[in-house]
Amino acid sequence: MKSSFIKLGRLFGCLLALGLASTLVRAADAAPAAAATPAAPAATPKKPEPTLEQRVADLEAYVTNSDPSGPLKDDKGKVPDGLVTATSAVAGPGHNAWMMTSAALVLFMTLPGLALFYGGLVRKKNVLSVLAQCLGCAGLVTILWWAFGYSFVFAGGDGAGPIIGDFGKYAFLKGVDSVPNGDYGYWVSQNVFSMYQMMFAIITPALIVGAIAERMKFSAIMLFIGLWMVVVYFPLAHMVWGIKGYMNGVWNADAAIKAIDFAGGTVVHMSSGWSALILCMILGPRLGFGKEKMAPHSMVLCMVGTGMLWVGWYGFNAGSAIAADGVAANAYMTTTLATAVACFAWGVIEKLHRGHASILGFCSGAVAGLVVITPACGFVNATGAIIIGLLAAAVPYIFVTFVKAKFGYDDALDTFGVHAVGGTMGALATGFLATADVNANLNTNLKDIVGKTLWIEQVKAIGVTLVLAVVGTLIIAYIVKATIGLRPTEDVERQGLDINEHGEEGYVL
Amino acid sequence: MKLLIAIIKPFKLDEVKEALTAAGVEGMTVTEVKGFGRQKGHTEIYRGSEYTVDFLPKVKLEIALADDAVPTAIAAIMAAAKTGKIGDGKIFVVPLDEIIRIRTDERGETAV
Repeated sequence: MKSSFIKLGRLFGCLLALGLASTLVRAADAAPAAAATPAAPAATPKKPEPTLEQRVADLEAYVTNSDPSGPLKDDKGKVPDGLVTATSAVAGPGHNAWMMTSAALVLFMTLPGLALFYGGLVRKKNVLSVLAQCLGCAGLVTILWWAFGYSFVFAGGDGAGPIIGDFGKYAFLKGVDSVPNGDYGYWVSQNVFSMYQMMFAIITPALIVGAIAERMKFSAIMLFIGLWMVVVYFPLAHMVWGIKGYMNGVWNADAAIKAIDFAGGTVVHMSSGWSALILCMILGPRLGFGKEKMAPHSMVLCMVGTGMLWVGWYGFNAGSAIAADGVAANAYMTTTLATAVACFAWGVIEKLHRGHASILGFCSGAVAGLVVITPACGFVNATGAIIIGLLAAAVPYIFVTFVKAKFGYDDALDTFGVHAVGGTMGALATGFLATADVNANLNTNLKDIVGKTLWIEQVKAIGVTLVLAVVGTLIIAYIVKATIGLRPTEDVERQGLDINEHGEEGYVL
Repeated sequence: MKLLIAIIKPFKLDEVKEALTAAGVEGMTVTEVKGFGRQKGHTEIYRGSEYTVDFLPKVKLEIALADDAVPTAIAAIMAAAKTGKIGDGKIFVVPLDEIIRIRTDERGETAV
């Protein structure tokens, strides 16, 4: 275990050196250009001035979240050289403020929302291991995102393809500054956009932790997640959200699969949920599973975490508009409706079926509602959200209660039952319920299929996501098993991961 | 001298304490415990998993008494702790060889 950490440390050192080197090279490139500028004014013709109308139109573009270069274009559709307004290449304060808030909200979902939600559901001896795994994800994924993750996912241009972005363009976040990247948000600083998307990359592998809780080595989890981000998450996120992405139906006119996913039904929930199922089956059940009592140690912590997830999810869903606009407002409403309905409906189903409406039932319903509305929130209306809320309670309930018991896999905290099932169902439901009435962007490239055959595209996207997550996880899990091993010793597992893997106790009484 | 060990329902603790104080008992030790007798446990359901919980929370009182104080103390506990429903608990009366007050080194009934 120690040697694998040393290797990780070395890798990090190399990455840091590469990052610094690239920064120095850029500084050297920039110096001669700066020296040459004083001679330039004499040679260039008079700089074109924007008209008052163009300046007003640019301000209107801020309010309507549209392209600020639009009003500056001439008859041929080109912006004349040197024509700029005060709003060119700057972020809009309102949109930027909302996206910075949203990024913090999405981080809040992991730290401490998900950490407490999962932490409360494990036994007392393993509560810290779950918190450590969530913190580990936050750190590790941030380093990967800085080094190459953002560039792999979101870099467009000639070097980008349908499967993966241009590695060189934004590696080490070079060139990612406060100027907006028009491919994703006309009025949001690219550094804010990058940090916002990074929070999604952090919570996705953290969701997997739920299925394998209480029985996997910390070093093995970190190695698995590092590889999984590269093999599964980065390509998938690029395919769905990258401007040249294979399945980015909303924005890429050339997308082979014209699917839609507003905030990550496939990218986040399907990918983590299906990978969690495969990993927990390869890992095997917890010692004593099915014989010993493995009840949650604190439903209070679990409920506190659920509340934080719900609150943070507004950043996740409404923030996915990458603007404080009408689409975000609609997503805010649909997220609330679906979640509240699913929360209540799960409690009612439990009361009718088992005689009690439990805290865990309400929490499970709320999370399931949030998961299922995620891909749909920016595309459906209030009625669609209510339908989704009801589905989100009924279908995952069946999976965590009956299907899991029938097949006997130890999905400890129901990552598969809630996230994989919910994410898959949400992706499909989005195909049936999406309407351009609430999101005019659906008219850009999908006018002919929305409300008609969009669901077929959604099925295709579900298929691609499933194959990538399952095959990727199979390969990575066996690599980790063969190299450093997946499980701690039986003694360590029986005593608990907290004192053995982290040297601490959750509760000292 | 006798040691009374009383297992009672947790919500009855205040009433029992007041009754004992009124009966002249000057000290007791109280512990939160778990156990079961004829009153069986309950089931807990966490999503698909169902667990039977056999041990129920109870409160244990330990009271050291001079022999002649035992009947009134027992009567006080009986009166205060009884609900008439299963699970009211039990009182064990155990002989006590010696009591020593640590501060003064007093022994026997004067140390009660």
